[in-house]
Order: sequence, then C-alpha cells, then structure tokens
Amino acid sequence: MRRLLFFLPLALFAVLAGYFVIGLGHDPSLLPSALIDHPVPEFKLPALGDKPGLATTDLTGEVALVNFFASWCVPCRAEHPNLMRLAGEAHVALYGINYKDKPEDARGLLAQLGDPYRRIGVDRDGRTFIDFGAYGVPETYIIDKAGRIRFRQVGPITQEDYDGKILPLLKQLGAS
Amino acid sequence: MRGTLEPRRHEGTKQERGLASCLRAFVITALVFLLVGVATSALAVLPDERLADPVLEARARALSQELRCLVCRNQSIDDSNADLAHDLRVLVRERLQAGDSDRQVLAFLTSRYGDYVLLRPPVKPTTWLLWFGPPALLLAGALALLVAWRRRRAGTPMQQTPLTEDEQERLARLMRESS
Repeated sequence: MRRLLFFLPLALFAVLAGYFVIGLGHDPSLLPSALIDHPVPEFKLPALGDKPGLATTDLTGEVALVNFFASWCVPCRAEHPNLMRLAGEAHVALYGINYKDKPEDARGLLAQLGDPYRRIGVDRDGRTFIDFGAYGVPETYIIDKAGRIRFRQVGPITQEDYDGKILPLLKQLGAS
Repeated sequence: MRGTLEPRRHEGTKQERGLASCLRAFVITALVFLLVGVATSALAVLPDERLADPVLEARARALSQELRCLVCRNQSIDDSNADLAHDLRVLVRERLQAGDSDRQVLAFLTSRYGDYVLLRPPVKPTTWLLWFGPPALLLAGALALLVAWRRRRAGTPMQQTPLTEDEQERLARLMRESS
C-alpha cells in the first residue's frame, strides 16, 4: 500500500500528460454550436438581385446547406470553389446568407466566381447571424429534412472538410 | 561658520527641489496613465449605443461585462471593439428595453452561443469539477497534513540511542575546543 503511494505522482503526471495530448489535437478557435440538433432559428431575409430571398420555411423537407458569406471575407473566396463543386455534384439545396455586405459587392463576387446558391438571403444588420449563434464568416450549417441543424463548419470548407465531413454527412442524411 | 553653512543649506534646498520635481513628474505620469486607462476602458461602448434611461443603461453595462465577446474570447462585449460585440451590446439593450429581465437576456444569448458566452460559467453537474475541484483539493491537502501531523504526535517518539563512549569523548573535545 505504502509502496503504491510512491507511484501517485507518476499516475498524476500520466493523467496530466493525457490531457495535454488530447489538447494538442484540439483547435480552441473552433467553438461547438449550441444549436446542434435544434431547429433552425426563425428568420425571413430579403433577396439579393433576382433570386428569391431566404426564410426558415425554405429549409424543411430536404437536406439543406446554409452558408454565411460576404464579399469582404477572404476565406469565403478560398472556399468558393468547393461550394461550386458542391452545387454541381451533391444533390443538396445550397443556400447563402450574405452577411453585412453591400448588395452590389455581393453581386460582384458571385458574378466573378460563380453563384452556387439556390436562394440568397441578405442579412444587413447581422441579426440572423446572431440567431444562428455564428461568430465569423464563413460559417456553414447542414440542416436535415426535419429542419434541424446537424453540423456547423466554422471557417472555410477545405478539401479535407469537403471529403471527410460534409459529403459523408450529406450522404448519411440522405441528400444524394 | 556662516560661510561654511551657507553652501550646505543651498545644497539641501537643491536636493529638495530635485525631490519635488521628481514627485511632480511621478504624479503627472500617474494621472496620465489613470486618464488613459479610464478613457480606453470606456471606449468600447459607443455613445450612440447608450440608453437614455440610466437604470437600464447600468443594467446593460453590468450584463455586458458578464458576456464574452465570441471574436476576442477573453474580453467582455463591454470591453471589445469587435463588430459582433457591438451588435451584441445593441441587442442586449434592445432586449432590456423590450422588458426582458437580466436572466432572460442571458438565456437569450446562451440559447444561441451556449454557456461559453458567459464569462462566469454556471454551476451545474458538468461544471462541478471546475467550481468545487480546487476547494476540494485544498481540503484534501489540509486533511492529509492534519493526519500526518497527528500521526507524528501520537506515534512513538524517535528512538534515542545513547552516545557511545567514543562519541561522548568526541563531543567533550569539540565543546572544549569551541569554548
């Protein structure tokens, strides 16, 4: 018993080291969403250009992907090719919410890089952004057929995210 | 005599003057720092955000100091200049004007951003370790100390073996040498 006590510091160290090892692989800048498995917040946003606007009622019945974007956001441009690919490949309703942007700038971005969105809502004052619990652009939400949020991507969708997280989840939810 | 005293007195006043100017410089520097500190701490809340009702505004300030800015993480939205912090400050004030209680405002935000938005984590089963861990460790340490102390007092005192003749002799010699 006494002898076991000598190993206590070693055991404590092992526990601490375990925490550190887990901490190393964990990105503290990514916050878990409080809305996972919750229904999409209520919103109704005006349209950008000639496409219809976006509201909560548009997000039920099929698997949907909602992407917050802005023309002034550099990482949004980085993920744009992946959104274009998603719109072409996956059978998913891809919607955009234009966050705190000038409409002409947003239209310019889409004219330049292509428009992957089925509908776009304009969130000028950023209230819908807050209702989603978002804290930066770009952010992407995957919503199931029942209209519940199932996944949130903080930051641009990289190739890894696209192949490793987004596509498998869409498949699992029955999008394609 | 006077001749020798004069320069000395002169020297004294010079020193005093030096001390006074040092003190003055110190006070001015301290004042400047204080003013700058006050100015920057009040900078984040913009004049157009403030509510006309001082009671509501005071509640809004108190609430804002409890809420984390999601962009800068370790600042409250009251301190932060981030765009989102501004939006949240305005939102808090709107909710208060709409008649929300403080608790309702916090619930509104935690339903969107989770408990992470609160700078003081709530006490609940998942945070028990966080809240009660340190006092429990302290208590355990104190208890261990007490047990060790009592055991030492109650246990048999250390066996005192008398000195051998050789040692006695050596001790006596040393005592003699040192005196």
